[in-house]
Amino acid sequence: MAAAVLVTTFLMGIVALVAVLWAVAKGQLSGGSNGARVIFAPGELGIGENPNPTADLEPDPETGLVQGQTIDELQARIEADISSRQPVLAFAGSAVLWLVLGSVLGLIASIKMHEPDWLNESRLLTFGRLRPMHLNVVAYGWLSMAGIASALWLIPRLLRTTLKGGGFALLGAVLWNVAVLGGVTSLGAGVSEGLEWLEFPWPVDALFVLAGGLVSLPLFFTLRTRRVEHLYVSVWYLTAALVWFPILFLVGNGFSLFAHGVPQATVNWWFAHNVLGLWFTPLALAASYYLIPKIIGRPIHSYQLSLMGFWALALFYSHVGIHHLIGGPVPTWLVTVSIVTSMMMFVPVVAVAINQHFTMWGHFRYLLTSPTLRFVVLGAVTYTLVSFQGSLHSLRTLNTLTHFTHYTVAHAHLGAYGFASMIFFGSMYFYLPRVVRFEWPYPRLITAHFWFVFIGFGVYFIGLSIGGLLQGFAMLRAESPFMDSVTVTIPFLVARSVGGALMNVGHLIFAGHVLILMLHFGRARTAPAQFKPLAIIAAELKS
Amino acid sequence: MKPLEITLGAASIVMFAGAVLGLAPELQLGSISPPAGLKPYTLSERRGRATYVDLGCMYCHSQQPRDKVQAPDEERGWGRAATPGDYSYDRPHLLGTMRTGPDLLNIGVRQPSEDWHLLHLYQPRAVVPGSIMPSYPFLFVKKDRNLLYPGDRTLKVPPPYDEPGVAVVVTEEARDLVAYLKSLKRNHPTDELPPPVPPPEEAKP
Repeated sequence: MAAAVLVTTFLMGIVALVAVLWAVAKGQLSGGSNGARVIFAPGELGIGENPNPTADLEPDPETGLVQGQTIDELQARIEADISSRQPVLAFAGSAVLWLVLGSVLGLIASIKMHEPDWLNESRLLTFGRLRPMHLNVVAYGWLSMAGIASALWLIPRLLRTTLKGGGFALLGAVLWNVAVLGGVTSLGAGVSEGLEWLEFPWPVDALFVLAGGLVSLPLFFTLRTRRVEHLYVSVWYLTAALVWFPILFLVGNGFSLFAHGVPQATVNWWFAHNVLGLWFTPLALAASYYLIPKIIGRPIHSYQLSLMGFWALALFYSHVGIHHLIGGPVPTWLVTVSIVTSMMMFVPVVAVAINQHFTMWGHFRYLLTSPTLRFVVLGAVTYTLVSFQGSLHSLRTLNTLTHFTHYTVAHAHLGAYGFASMIFFGSMYFYLPRVVRFEWPYPRLITAHFWFVFIGFGVYFIGLSIGGLLQGFAMLRAESPFMDSVTVTIPFLVARSVGGALMNVGHLIFAGHVLILMLHFGRARTAPAQFKPLAIIAAELKS
Repeated sequence: MKPLEITLGAASIVMFAGAVLGLAPELQLGSISPPAGLKPYTLSERRGRATYVDLGCMYCHSQQPRDKVQAPDEERGWGRAATPGDYSYDRPHLLGTMRTGPDLLNIGVRQPSEDWHLLHLYQPRAVVPGSIMPSYPFLFVKKDRNLLYPGDRTLKVPPPYDEPGVAVVVTEEARDLVAYLKSLKRNHPTDELPPPVPPPEEAKP
């Protein structure tokens, strides 16, 4: 077996090298000199996109352009935004509802960790059922649906046309909601396949594959009528993500139905880590690769690097799953494959980091005003941190300490919340007003949302990471009784509940604001909803 | 690149990864025959295993002791390093990723008492002070002490967790779950592990 793996690895390495050489020689990874600029109208560079969809936009007296665009270009962009309205609203609205439910489930589960006799009379509310309900609701209800909503809004924008086949996505939204609801109900009723991340029973899985397939159709229909020469890097990520999801779900669930024991565990973690790496991650990166340059009016730093980073992510992320089974009854060669690819993840992560952080360099003042940018940049910075952290603690030495502890739970939330959720919050602040043609009425609610989730998650993550490390150290001291590793975590589990409660408050504020926006309640604003108008900050800086 | 190239490239990469991480282990390990020392689960144990899955025990308990070179799992009494053969009858696998509570692959070896397990499920803190395991009162039926059926198996609950005049009757489900826990023994000899490394010779004074 080891010899076969070695030969295959060698051959695959050669094939990959030839592929990269071919791509570079053919200019496939450059997109011409203007690849990074395809998301801007010709005169738009240097002008951040005005986030208010209903503002009176005065043409520039000298150029006659509105925000660097001709009236025709502006009109085309408005049409692109409106074309995706129904499916985007269906997915985004559902996502927000699932977020509220999922975070309440998470909070109850968290409190039960330090109050184990609380709500113990019912099976439905036992920790072992609440935890998978929380995970599946936030993963497939909130993160997936929020990611799809931003994808559907991005597609016509990126391809400079209107969304085609939105009806399929709308049907997909209905099926997706039925699947999440059916799945979480069956988990509550104790019907589970018993595999982490693959808990849903197979009829629910089949619905997800179908819904995922339907959601990907508008991308391919819209691609056929695109009005751009070069496909921007976000399109690459979206295409791959929408192709990956049905494959992952079909193969992961199908295989685990028939396998048992250790091979079932390896497929389990191939699937579970790919949901993070090849589904949430590309959806979130596609949004941040578009929104950061758009809002500051500046193309990304090194476009070619972003395309290389895309293929590196696909190649390496897809193999990292077995680092969840280090020390387990798994063949050593397999664990090593996952550790090596986990370390190789530095390549795509650094590519994204260079691009997104260097693009921001010198433009941090926008973080003071733009809600979208503040959330998205926080998410992008967290992506760098969580990826470095993930690579490092896949090393056997560090893994021995952190495996089986709350530290891993904190890490998972840093990825799913600090990175992906933050970017999806930020993109909703950008696209929702555009698709409903109504500006966010209460900017103060956005401020409150940001600080509640930022501080809440800070308490959550720092507390649980420290608790997890202490737990790990206690478990490695053979002479300490096991209970020491439990007792030492209690204050940090309480901190997690406090942080989680703050995050829940933030989510309720956010959900209320989304509802107000969708119903067009509140005052119609002509000025963009920002944290603080730039003029005020400029005045403050002068004085 | 064209959409078709991106689609095909992305799809083939993820399928290849699936083959490496899923198919290859299946080919390597799928044909391992169950070790002679490992018995298949009985019907009661299988029902108990279903309850273990239903109540989500694996979210806090792993079933995969690590090798003593890596971690002191064996010193804690959790058993020798686990091997693929140990899971010959396990579907779904319950390897777990968390040790809020201890590893359970050999709980049947270190805790063979049915009474201990039943009381621990009814009220963990009655046997392990400071435990944060949930209590599972719904695996038991509370009855008036005077209205018991003959054959009702009652649980002796110590103070302060007992209630005057109330008998705690063990359900079939609780007994099945305990039967499963007691069946968790992976102490049979295995030829799947490398031979133990002899300890280094003490330096002569």
